[in-house]
Amino acid sequence: MDWSIALILTQDGVVNAAIYALLALALVLVFAVTRIIFIPQGEYVSYGALTLAMLELGKTPATVWLLVAGGAAALALEAFAHFRGRSVPWREALFWYAALPLITLLLTYALEWQTAPQWARMLLTIALIAAMGPITYRIFYQPIAEAPVLVLLIVSVAVHLALVGLGLLLFGAEGYRTEPLWDERFSVGPLLIPGQAFWVIGASLALIALLAWFFSRTLYGKALRATAVNRNGARLMGISPNLAGRLTLLLSAAIGAISGVLVSPITTLYYDSGFLIGLKGFVAAIIGGLASYPIAALGALIVGLIEAFGSFWASAYKEVIVFTLIIPVLFWRSLTTHHVEEE
Amino acid sequence: MNDTILSVENLHVRYGKVEALHGVSIAVPAGAIVTVIGPNGAGKTTLLSAIMGLLPSQGTIHFAGETITVPDVEYLVQRGMALVPEKRELFGEMSVEDNLILGAFQRYRKGDRSISETLDEVYQLFPRLKERRTQMAATLSGGERQMLAVGRALMGKPKLLMLDEPSLGLAPLIIREIFRTIARLREQGVSILLVEQNARAALQVADIGYVLETGEVTLAGPAERLANNPQVIETYLGMSKRQEKLAAVSA
Ligand SMILES: Nc1ncnc2c1ncn2[C@@H]1O[C@H](COP(=O)(O)OP(=O)(O)OP(=O)(O)O)[C@@H](O)[C@H]1O
Ligand SMILES: [Mg+2]
Repeated sequence: MDWSIALILTQDGVVNAAIYALLALALVLVFAVTRIIFIPQGEYVSYGALTLAMLELGKTPATVWLLVAGGAAALALEAFAHFRGRSVPWREALFWYAALPLITLLLTYALEWQTAPQWARMLLTIALIAAMGPITYRIFYQPIAEAPVLVLLIVSVAVHLALVGLGLLLFGAEGYRTEPLWDERFSVGPLLIPGQAFWVIGASLALIALLAWFFSRTLYGKALRATAVNRNGARLMGISPNLAGRLTLLLSAAIGAISGVLVSPITTLYYDSGFLIGLKGFVAAIIGGLASYPIAALGALIVGLIEAFGSFWASAYKEVIVFTLIIPVLFWRSLTTHHVEEE
Repeated sequence: MNDTILSVENLHVRYGKVEALHGVSIAVPAGAIVTVIGPNGAGKTTLLSAIMGLLPSQGTIHFAGETITVPDVEYLVQRGMALVPEKRELFGEMSVEDNLILGAFQRYRKGDRSISETLDEVYQLFPRLKERRTQMAATLSGGERQMLAVGRALMGKPKLLMLDEPSLGLAPLIIREIFRTIARLREQGVSILLVEQNARAALQVADIGYVLETGEVTLAGPAERLANNPQVIETYLGMSKRQEKLAAVSA
């Protein structure tokens, strides 16, 4: 290996690391607020990428019907809760589970997406997948929100498997790659950097900055932090765990969709590709102890670089190398962190 | 004044098989201070938690002209009920000011944007909090934490403020300050339900008192009358000469 190869591998690693960092942030956020280890995070990535691919090909992405069906199921659950005497926040329920899915459906059918500019297709895709977040929370997690972490994890695994299966049904087994936002290539020394790489890194950094602003400056961001710090205290302020859960999964689905549309011009994605991408984000999140955002971002950089160099030296084993990383990390964490008792 | 903001009738609460409240009835007239006193383990905290919807209960609850069939914390907060719980439940890793602002979350959600004015009022009430606005809540002293818990509840502009032992573990001087604040809140039209171990101070500030023992109301009436009740004097106000002198000084 010489310097130019090392540089190329580094470039590769950094671009992927940006995506892993986003997903790690989403995973840390979801765990802190809801205690859910959110295995299906990666599915939003593949759903995002494939939805965008469908729009590009002039097909109707079947995800929009999944969204409408999910919304209907969520509404049915709310109606059921209503008849059992619970107070249901109908205004929000109607917005998230009926209005938003129907508006997305309308937009998908009303406009000619194949000839639309790529950024417009990306925005529709992000809106469509992000809208799935609150619905996922309502259907699968809200009924068991007070359950132990292990139960929530088992449900996460089930939701992940269901979404991968649905992905095969909705998109087929074929892989897709989408048009890049920026077709140009830039040669810097030995490197030939695709414009999309700048997009990935730039958009990731911008999104991270936006999230930092959201959590430190806005009341809703503070409310999510408050829920993470003290659930009972937050409830007494009228911050319902359900509201926090909906909002958190909205963010996590949006982050997943954005990651999906960012990487799809670089990598061919299949209905089940999201899982491995999400898992690498998960390794990064674990390096941060599922609690620290900056360490998780650093972890993402480590994962990205190890993966890039691993694929050069032993490409068949690159996944194994990345996931083996989790063992020393867990060992190190078990030595350095204090055990925090649940609840 | 003869309006009732909160009335609880025949409230039962059980922890598993054990019943902790056996049909408790209390009422809080609008604009009044009502205190519930009683020994450790009587069920005072349980009562407040059940009213707030933190625990499942059986019985009838009327709040602000509405019958509450299934108490739901978020809904009650929105309707103007606030609880300062025994454990305070502050947001330890957030700043004092963030804690306070979060107290107004429901108001903000309803579109109320006058939160900074309420923040100024709370800072006026507790100047100490203003000095420590950027400090993490977890690093506050016991008294400051109490002030923050009360201030945070006030940020929601509650109609009914429920306080669970606001004097717990505080020095007499700060206790006096807290009780003076409670009296001042009544002047501002806030109704208060106060649970206290410090029976003397509680009965002094309150209009109406209840004595709760092993899950049942055993005595009720105007606070003044309770304070002169021989039974109450013996069990709750009987104290050594030295303590009595201290109490007289603080009064
Ligand atoms: N989570 C629980 N599970 C089982 N029993 C409980 C639980 N919480 C309280 N209890 C019991 O219910 C009874 C009433 O408790 P509660 O906390 O309401 O008393 P309290 O009047 O507030 O006492 P204190 O003055 O010491 O705060 C006690 O016997 C207590 O042991
Ligand atoms: Mg108590």
